[in-house]
Amino acid sequence: MPDLLIELFSEEIPARMQPRAREDLKKLMTDGLVEAGLTYGHAEAFSTPRRLVLAIEGLTAESPTLREERRGPRADAPAQAIEGFLRSTGLSRDQLEEREEKKGAMLYAVIERPGRKAPEIVAEVLERTIRAFPWPKAMRWSTGSLRWVRPLHSILCLLTTDAGAEVVPLEVDGIAAGATTRGHRFMAPDAFTVSSFEDYAAKLKAAKVILDPAEREAAIWHEATTQAFAQGCELVEDKGLLTEIAGLVEWPVVLMGGIGEAFLGLPAEVLQTSMKEHQKFFSVRNPKTGRIEKFVTVANRETVDHGATILAGNLKVLSARLSDARFFWENDLRTVKSVGLEGMGAGLSDVTFHNKLGSVADKIARIAALAREIAPLVGAGPDLAAEAARVVKSDLRSEMVGEFPELQGIMGGYYARAEGLPEAVAEACKSHYQPLGPSDEVPAEAVGMAVALADKIDTLAGFWAIDEKPTGSKDPFALRRAALGVIRIAVENGLRFGLAGIAERAIARARPGAPAPAAQRSDMVVAEQVAALHEQHLAETAADAPEGSGAEVAASLLAFFHDRLKVHLRDQGIRHDVIDACLAMPGNDDLALLVKRAEALAAFLATDDGVNLLQGFKRANNILTQAEEKDGVEYSFGADPKFAEDDSERALFAALDAGEAAIAPAMAAENFPAAMAAMAALRAPIDAFFEAVQINTDNQIVRRNRLNLLSRIRTICLQVADLTRLEG
Amino acid sequence: MAATHGVPRSFQEVILRLQGYWASKGCAVLQPYDMEVGAGTFHPATTLRSLGTRPWAAAYVQPSRRPTDGRYGENPNRMQHYYQYQVLIKPSPPDLQALYLGSLEAIGIDTALHDIRFVEDDWESPTLGAWGLGWEVWCDGMEVSQFTYFQQVGGHDCHPVSGELTYGLERLAMYVLGIDHVMEMPFNDPAAPIPLSYGDIFRQTEQEYSRWNFDQADTAMLLKHFEDAEAECDRILTAEPEDAAGRRIVMAHPAYDQCIKASHLFNLLDARGVISVTERQAYIGRVRALAKRCADAFVTTEAGGGVTG
Repeated sequence: MPDLLIELFSEEIPARMQPRAREDLKKLMTDGLVEAGLTYGHAEAFSTPRRLVLAIEGLTAESPTLREERRGPRADAPAQAIEGFLRSTGLSRDQLEEREEKKGAMLYAVIERPGRKAPEIVAEVLERTIRAFPWPKAMRWSTGSLRWVRPLHSILCLLTTDAGAEVVPLEVDGIAAGATTRGHRFMAPDAFTVSSFEDYAAKLKAAKVILDPAEREAAIWHEATTQAFAQGCELVEDKGLLTEIAGLVEWPVVLMGGIGEAFLGLPAEVLQTSMKEHQKFFSVRNPKTGRIEKFVTVANRETVDHGATILAGNLKVLSARLSDARFFWENDLRTVKSVGLEGMGAGLSDVTFHNKLGSVADKIARIAALAREIAPLVGAGPDLAAEAARVVKSDLRSEMVGEFPELQGIMGGYYARAEGLPEAVAEACKSHYQPLGPSDEVPAEAVGMAVALADKIDTLAGFWAIDEKPTGSKDPFALRRAALGVIRIAVENGLRFGLAGIAERAIARARPGAPAPAAQRSDMVVAEQVAALHEQHLAETAADAPEGSGAEVAASLLAFFHDRLKVHLRDQGIRHDVIDACLAMPGNDDLALLVKRAEALAAFLATDDGVNLLQGFKRANNILTQAEEKDGVEYSFGADPKFAEDDSERALFAALDAGEAAIAPAMAAENFPAAMAAMAALRAPIDAFFEAVQINTDNQIVRRNRLNLLSRIRTICLQVADLTRLEG
Repeated sequence: MAATHGVPRSFQEVILRLQGYWASKGCAVLQPYDMEVGAGTFHPATTLRSLGTRPWAAAYVQPSRRPTDGRYGENPNRMQHYYQYQVLIKPSPPDLQALYLGSLEAIGIDTALHDIRFVEDDWESPTLGAWGLGWEVWCDGMEVSQFTYFQQVGGHDCHPVSGELTYGLERLAMYVLGIDHVMEMPFNDPAAPIPLSYGDIFRQTEQEYSRWNFDQADTAMLLKHFEDAEAECDRILTAEPEDAAGRRIVMAHPAYDQCIKASHLFNLLDARGVISVTERQAYIGRVRALAKRCADAFVTTEAGGGVTG
């Protein structure tokens, strides 16, 4: 069986696009070949900056002949019917067969599709693949109309058997497939012919090209760690950077250099970010000092001077870059020293957060007010939380964050410490942005939690206030992420607070036209306070409130939180009806409580006792509801053991007494597992009761008493969650 | 007489070698456009000539002005006035990468000793309504050129596609000459009877323009000029294509001059800090609208391939 080798040779393919392109090439080709009737043993795709390659082993040499039989109308059917059948089969009358059947002679079309040779199929599928390749961005070049990621120069397409290699005849926009390729752009630029995948990979290596990106990554990593180790240092791991670099070189040559003494005082994050973003350097740490002191760069060639010129050039560029970084760092420190971190952020009043929600400074004032409100609920000092809120975004105006936006928060922490602000404030600069994604940590310190919650709740409240909610796949302000952040901060830290009131007040503050929260600072003079109050009054009377009262908008926001919570808990394996049963309970704006309840209920329902108790509850509830509807009364009070006729009935009274005694304190302590364990003890008496007695007896006194007894079951069970919402 | 091999000794030798190299490769070596532009791309030899079907090959130095980059001549590599070297070939030849690498050899960069890399960098000019795909070219980790295949200019699809090369001349020459501060770079031969450094020629002008750009330029006047340029561009393009004598003369280039003016005036206003974040987009949109109309007009002309015979 032949092996297939395809190489699409082009100008430099962006590194970030290569992994996906390998997958796409493999999938489009193998799907197309299989669809056309071929099968294969194994397929693997490779890439270098200049080539996208697919190797398929054990491809069948041709597709099977397909025979299709179709039954048509009777042989003596009207001409019209026969013509229709001929049209649909593409045959003529004399090509049809007649077969005798019970109903008489029937017409049959036997259509034979002969198998096709592999080269023909490969050519067809490859051309289609090239023309429809899903590059994130593709381009035309010269006079052609073909689109590829960068100009495509040659196509190598070879079928290899024991008998030899055969070029698959194929031409795409004037590029004819052949059996030749080229080596490294500088070290081995000549063309050469190959005869199989093994021959190709070996000749490429001789021509200074490592085909397999995994092999390049491994070689870079091994050499870089070895060189760092030899100097008593360690490489800072960065898998994303490693993959990117492997996509930029065909023949990696690892070079290590030192960072100038003048720059070693820069924060480690600054060195790492500058070297990675601008130069694609790895950082090398000296474990003795804990500092980043060296770097590793990966060149794409060997040189007679063993990389000396290349390293010298890279060092020069690095010095220029780090001079810039040091300039920013020193300027920022000077600013903080003279006007403080809060002063550094003064210009945020000129930066628009959203045209209906004011400037970033406006937002900060709202966050400070909100953080003050939330602080006592999370164990933080209100003044400290408000102080932190006023400075956590100041670094957005620093020169360093202007250059490296990804250092936001991190620089704020450095500048806060330089100013001598409390450590909790410095910590909050970074942590108030967290969690940045599903795998990121949540803030662990109280001040950070308060500000993080305030920031996210204000963002959500603001966009709810101006009715800019996420719809479908559109969520331009990342509001889903903000809501999930609030949920995770509350749940993972076990923070207990009701969201509804906080949200309502946050919405009122964020509404266009709302008065700016008074900056609660001791140096504010009384006259200013009076003026602020006056303005607030004017604003309140003048504000044209958007549709819906504050409470309605807050309810809509709370519903959004509940939706996000459902998604979050579903990912953790908790059924949606379990969440609904908990959402129906009072206090459902307390997210941590909600989750605690849902987790306990899910665990309970995973036990036999839980499942059976649920059945018992449902049976009791159904009988009771039907009786209440029929009688038009509510059986909710007054079950008396003296009317009990059966032992099981008396036992149930006793069990309910014991259960209520155990459940009440457990519920008061929000100990849901204990409450549910006590409920589980009711399962046997309830089952036995239903087994032994008939509820709807003729004796009305006994019947009423039993219905009231069922009501006690319902009341107890509904204490933990609204079990009527559970399925099954 | 500039040597043609070895390492150049001055800024002007780098330029002369590039001129010689691209002339030898068949480019028309043009002179700078006589207006203030932000980049070599604005020269009509690139912007307009990348449109339409007629083949084109041009190379030129273009003085470029970016008022916000002024640093009073103190920054080692940032200035409000600098030079770009620009090459535009339409249709892009299949060996454009090799031709480009040849130009690096011509200015003394030995590709056997250096690490030359093509790193993804897509180009977009919101003011020109233009974009293309290509790379920034790295030499030992330093960006030395932009390499772009134009896909769209002035809102028109480019057919055929032009290949554009842009060299930041000061940075490239500093690298080749081993100079750390641009003002210390020899402009002419250091052995000449009167050796002149880049600073001898430009330090004072950098100071003067930095002060004017940042502190002194009359913003009310600039704003008025912006609106005048916009109005004149519109008027020129709205005029009847036939003149008084009945000749069909579409004034694409005079209109485009007004577009260039508007673009530079916007840059000056930006440097004066009088354009807010939200206004910025609106101004860029106004310049782009002019660029698009100029492109629309150019493709109806003979040079734009819109008139045959």
